[in-house]
Amino acid sequence: MPARLDRVAGLERVNDFVVKFANVNGSGSASANRLFARAILRMGVPATPRNIFPSNIQGLPTWYQVRVSEAGHLGCRGGADLMVAMNPQTWDKDVAEIVPGGYLFYDSTKPLPASKFRGDIVVIGVPLTAICNSTYTDPRQRQLFKNIIYLGALSALLDIDAQVIEQLIGEQFQGKDKLIAPNVHALHLGRDHALAHLQCPIGLRVRRSDAVGDRVFIDGNSAAALGSVYGGATVAAWYPITPSSSLAEAFERYCRRYRTDKTTGEKRYAIIQAEDELASIGMVIGAAWNGARAFTATSGPGISLMQEFIGLAYFAEIPAVIFDVQRGGPSTGMPTRTQQADVLCCAYASHGDTKHVLLFPQDPAECFEFGAAAFDLADRLQTPIFVMLDLDIGMNERLCPAFAWDDSRRLDRGKVMTQEELEQGAEFGRYLDVDADGIPFRTYPGTHGARGAFFTRGTSKDRFARYSEEGAAYIDNMQRLLRKFETAKLLAPRPVRTDATGPAPIGAIYYGSTSPAMDEAVALLAERGVALDLLRIRAFPFHPDVGAFVAEHEQIFVVEQNRDGQLRMLLTVEEEIDPKKLTRILHYDGTPITARFIAEAIAEQALASNIVPLRKAVP
Amino acid sequence: MTYLPKPAIRHPALPVNALGLTRRDYEGSVSTLCAGCGHDSISAAIVHAAFELDLPPHRIAKLSGIGCSSKTPTYFLGKSHGFNSVHGRMPSVATGASLANRDLIYLGVSGDGDTASIGLGQFAHAMRRNVRMVYIVENNGVYGLTKGQFSATSDKGAKSKRGVTNNDEAIDLVGTALGLGASFVARGFSGDKTQLVPLIKAALQHRGAAFIDCVSPCVAFNNHPGSTKSFDFVREHNEAVNHLDFITPRTEITADYAPGAVEVVVQHDGSLLRLRKLAADYDVHDRVAAMAWLQQRQSAGEIVTGLLYVEPETVDLHGHLNTVGVPLNGLAEPELCPGSEALDRLNAGLR
Repeated sequence: MPARLDRVAGLERVNDFVVKFANVNGSGSASANRLFARAILRMGVPATPRNIFPSNIQGLPTWYQVRVSEAGHLGCRGGADLMVAMNPQTWDKDVAEIVPGGYLFYDSTKPLPASKFRGDIVVIGVPLTAICNSTYTDPRQRQLFKNIIYLGALSALLDIDAQVIEQLIGEQFQGKDKLIAPNVHALHLGRDHALAHLQCPIGLRVRRSDAVGDRVFIDGNSAAALGSVYGGATVAAWYPITPSSSLAEAFERYCRRYRTDKTTGEKRYAIIQAEDELASIGMVIGAAWNGARAFTATSGPGISLMQEFIGLAYFAEIPAVIFDVQRGGPSTGMPTRTQQADVLCCAYASHGDTKHVLLFPQDPAECFEFGAAAFDLADRLQTPIFVMLDLDIGMNERLCPAFAWDDSRRLDRGKVMTQEELEQGAEFGRYLDVDADGIPFRTYPGTHGARGAFFTRGTSKDRFARYSEEGAAYIDNMQRLLRKFETAKLLAPRPVRTDATGPAPIGAIYYGSTSPAMDEAVALLAERGVALDLLRIRAFPFHPDVGAFVAEHEQIFVVEQNRDGQLRMLLTVEEEIDPKKLTRILHYDGTPITARFIAEAIAEQALASNIVPLRKAVP
Repeated sequence: MTYLPKPAIRHPALPVNALGLTRRDYEGSVSTLCAGCGHDSISAAIVHAAFELDLPPHRIAKLSGIGCSSKTPTYFLGKSHGFNSVHGRMPSVATGASLANRDLIYLGVSGDGDTASIGLGQFAHAMRRNVRMVYIVENNGVYGLTKGQFSATSDKGAKSKRGVTNNDEAIDLVGTALGLGASFVARGFSGDKTQLVPLIKAALQHRGAAFIDCVSPCVAFNNHPGSTKSFDFVREHNEAVNHLDFITPRTEITADYAPGAVEVVVQHDGSLLRLRKLAADYDVHDRVAAMAWLQQRQSAGEIVTGLLYVEPETVDLHGHLNTVGVPLNGLAEPELCPGSEALDRLNAGLR
């Protein structure tokens, strides 16, 4: 097998391609792959990595795909222009995924039969194992440096500046300086081999640009954790579950940095890894009842376990912030794949009549913003607030606007009656709607020696928190909770509307991690003559803008990442929209939704239903 | 229960404590439990202990789960905030509350169903985390509010009122607490107030999880011959290892007993526990010996009561977490929010 087959004309693309790394879990590839993505970003070209990993520590297949897009498309595109095939287990599938004219990079130490290759792709072999074995004797070094060696070879093939990677290696091993030189050495082993033996660069190239600007590169879970620090959270209780664990871990990391007394080492925070999700939400409710800002981070199975407590917090009106980093359900489902399938289960969590506030961040920037805002909302509304991330946003690093904070901003602790107010004789009824917004006053335990104490309970009660099963008192309370939910409509983040350049009779509603794919899909649809107005929903209950948007359009596509169209159901039930008007566009195989999928599905239905007067395609 | 509301007027000669409060100031609303219920005696003992310790009622937070026992926090300390949470989950709510404000006293009340059945997990974890709280189980070995089903502390062989025999092993809560590393373990009997009140006082002053398993007969469903949680049975089989007099630092110790029969334990806050030993070889600081003692005596059919184990210098959850000395719920923006400059620096590291 020659090192390279030149009979196929490879794709020619600058700053616009997809590279996919097929690796074995636990082989240490993640760090090298991440260096690859960050080097491209440092060259000023937007790159969006996605880690596709198994529920496993070692041995199962894992992929890392990097979309390079100078145009700034951050969504998943689908297909691979260059496959770095390092995993024999998935070889056939990986090779099949390469687009015609694409490239296959592989370890050519052992010859493979011709039947293992395709005729319509460019094959690039580098004897990685042979290079490693001749350089290193320690098996672990052979394994780890193999990753850096392929990174070096790729840098030559794709014209990535080696100095940028060296710089990143230096930053990564700051403080462990003796690791820098061996990594740089390995990088050049691969790079020098490629330069000496292969035609470099190939048709896919990275060219320096300035399309990144001052944006930052971070994962949504870390951003949400940072938002919680800025939002004043002091108590976090959690139970490990993919894909949310890194949120709690990031909170601890940021708290160590920002909330630890420099001289005494004392902590202005408390984090408990609870025995289960029931305990974690119980601790959050206990802490919030007692006046601390508290949160938990979990995923679908955890939400299922928390149901009873969530109902208590709704009915007894106790603030709580719950980050739900959604994964594929139902049951254990696809623990390491992404979905937006907890929308209904969170919106109506617990038995009896309940409704909850949900926030839908689209990227790490909104994870930070909503993360902080959720604590204000929880205190203001005295109710659980769900921040609905998903694995795609939560666990993947994404380019997003730099974080900003207004130092004049104050925490909104909501309606809390103080010792002074009680002393002056202010009337206190825990469930008394004094401002006609459905939100009563509360007191923290320990506030006043004689006034303001009350009994918090999950049983029904009157306006003064006295136990009562009187029908009238119960209805009075339940109606006030509905009024409070109306208030929430105007406090929660407003939807974002983006109109087509001309009048469009059709619209699309979407939310959360669908965002980058939707933005790109609109451009693809415009090329095909389909104009679309967009409404990105950022919260439930729905702002009045949502109903207005639906009313203005003949047909609405609701784009979601679940099987049943859960947001569409909420729209039909809560906004009383004719279901016929809302067409489902659903993607739920566990992979992130793509622009190509959305454009295809909408074009097919829009053109078939004839409701769209075909406008001239953009020339 | 009685239908008569409590009269608002009080006797002018009622004694007052150091805060100028009478015992009535520590009471709650009228109990809705059955007349003669052991739980009401425990509520009265709590009132008694808090009054005598001069505790400001609003500095105590009462927490409970679900069940007859968990209803009782409405019947004592009416000026305290209370939280009747969900079944078996009081410990997690108390843990969160304690994290938010380390300055209040947390008094958790639970039952044998609430703790040993549905809530065994949360009970265990509150003990092993050493959350600073008083945790009282009003243990009657039966589900009262749902009318007479066995609970996980019903003794094997115990007969229900309907004549059904319990075949499952009982969970011994004091043994379990000791095994979990609890730093204060006691057993009392609702029918013995002279023993119970000092135990509650000592628990209220303890700087960690203070667990009291209080046998409290259910007059409606578990007080018949054949029951091992009836008044008669407990009185006949009660074997106290010691009698505890709680003493504040202000009180002079008078030696009424023979040398060796009294042990004085200095609590972290300087207050003293005076233990009158009833079992001469019993050592309240030896966890392993306590567990062995319990196993031996209980297998002989005795109900071992008294202060069974105490670690006066224990380190509680806040100590392990190394949280600041002030309540977390009182921290404001400057202590919580790192501000825009820190964020700019953080941004720079994310490029």
